[in-house]
Amino acid sequence: MIRSLAVFLSLALFGAAKLPAEHALAATHRDLHLRAVDFGLDLREQIGQLGFIAALSGFRSLVDDALFIQAHVAWERTEWGRVLLLFQQVTTLQPRAVLFWDMAAWHMAWNASAAALSDRAQPRLALRVKAQREYFALGKDFLERGIKNNPDRPQLYEALGRLYRDKYLDHEHAAEFFAKAAQLPGAPSYDKRFAAYELSHCEGREKEAYEHLRQLYDLGERERLPTLLRCLKEMEIKLDIPLAQRIPDQLP
Amino acid sequence: MNSSSHRAFSLGRIAAITVNTLTELTRLKIFYVLLFFALFLIGSSIFMARLTFQQEFQVLKDIALGSMNIFTSVLAVVATARLIPQDLEDRTIYTILAKPVPRSEYLFGKLAGVLLLLALSVIIMSALFFVVLNIREQTVLSDTARQMGAAPAEQVAEALDAVRASAFNVNLLSGIAIIFIKACLLASLTLFVSTFATTSIFTTIVMVFVYFIGHLEGIAREYWLQANSAGWMTKAFLGLVALLFPDLQLFNLSDDIVVGTAIPLALFVKTIALGSFYIVFYLLLAWAVFYRKEL
Repeated sequence: MIRSLAVFLSLALFGAAKLPAEHALAATHRDLHLRAVDFGLDLREQIGQLGFIAALSGFRSLVDDALFIQAHVAWERTEWGRVLLLFQQVTTLQPRAVLFWDMAAWHMAWNASAAALSDRAQPRLALRVKAQREYFALGKDFLERGIKNNPDRPQLYEALGRLYRDKYLDHEHAAEFFAKAAQLPGAPSYDKRFAAYELSHCEGREKEAYEHLRQLYDLGERERLPTLLRCLKEMEIKLDIPLAQRIPDQLP
Repeated sequence: MNSSSHRAFSLGRIAAITVNTLTELTRLKIFYVLLFFALFLIGSSIFMARLTFQQEFQVLKDIALGSMNIFTSVLAVVATARLIPQDLEDRTIYTILAKPVPRSEYLFGKLAGVLLLLALSVIIMSALFFVVLNIREQTVLSDTARQMGAAPAEQVAEALDAVRASAFNVNLLSGIAIIFIKACLLASLTLFVSTFATTSIFTTIVMVFVYFIGHLEGIAREYWLQANSAGWMTKAFLGLVALLFPDLQLFNLSDDIVVGTAIPLALFVKTIALGSFYIVFYLLLAWAVFYRKEL
């Protein structure tokens, strides 16, 4: 009896000693966004009781992958509602996986939106366009939430830039997000060029676009790609840049 | 044996018990069944989900690390839970303890045997995982190089770098080390439970509950430490949970490692230190219970 009590007391004393260490370590996890998942009732409703228990027991990534593969199958079957639902679960479970946010946005803004526009079951074009724009908005929402969870990763800024450029034809916002992506570590070299290209399409910002393009051009042969040269030429003509300051003609 | 030559603590005796335990455990069918399933799962991940290379690598890594996590945790509990009850049933414990072998050495040796088995399993699974990852990486690299044959060399190099960065990163090793430490912690805790449990089934069931509570302990602790978060009874209960159970969520870093989150060295060292602290403490506790246990 005394021995059992002593063991129990040792456990409690050890617990009191380890508590600050565990608390500090948990705080470090939160600071590093390692515990980004909110295990609330909403998540349980989304992924079901079994999935919730599995996710709680340290098998979050396995549950997440199973849901991701289900989402992939749903996409192959063009079940867009299910794709949306599954990607909401996937991104909730693994908010630090940039790839899942990117894929979710791509499915919504590119695939589901295209399917909505060519939906034969809906004879009215206005409603098809409305559905298409709703899918654009869903894609944008995924990317914005993804950025909130991963502010230090360039991929989602770039994806949002692409969404603004290709779907909303909003070059101003596209330029802004490509530029944000370019500033982050690990960004591909084309992000800064994309930002300048988009800026060249913005009314009233031609001068700024020209300066960006020229800066890139001055970096050397590496940056002098056909699109950059074409954009720069267009800006030179638009801004009536003196001949002496213009770049040499390189396009056929 | 000459009593004057008998030492109170002998590494040789512990090593003998360790080797014996390891041999016993490797003869268990359940070890091979579990290892087979884990290896099968890791190996089969190469055929799963032919998606884009980034998705494919992520799924592959998730499955591999997840399998390691499940397998090592189950093995740690199942293998350790049966050690003492089996020795009691086979009466080998009486033969060992009748000799001048202190009970502490018996326990250390038993635990060391399990830890060695876990280490071997982790090495085998990691080797297969890295082979699978490498095979996929080489395939994707050659596909990418072929597809981008006409592109400028700089763009090809950038694309190949992206493939390499998605496949292997050094943090995977940290993830595997933490999975191993978590399994060792579970083994040590199971040994402690088995010193007062009467059957291995009881120990296993207790450990299943401990496993789930351990993963919820962090939430209990946060609520307990929050001022005015709950009534005194709830707080007392949460406090007890926080004091008695290890926070196993702290050892779940592989989910974040897979998605490319860099784990700082300080965090890695602290996690390993906390795990080691637990292992030693539960072993000492097991010894305290086992020391005067009537056999």
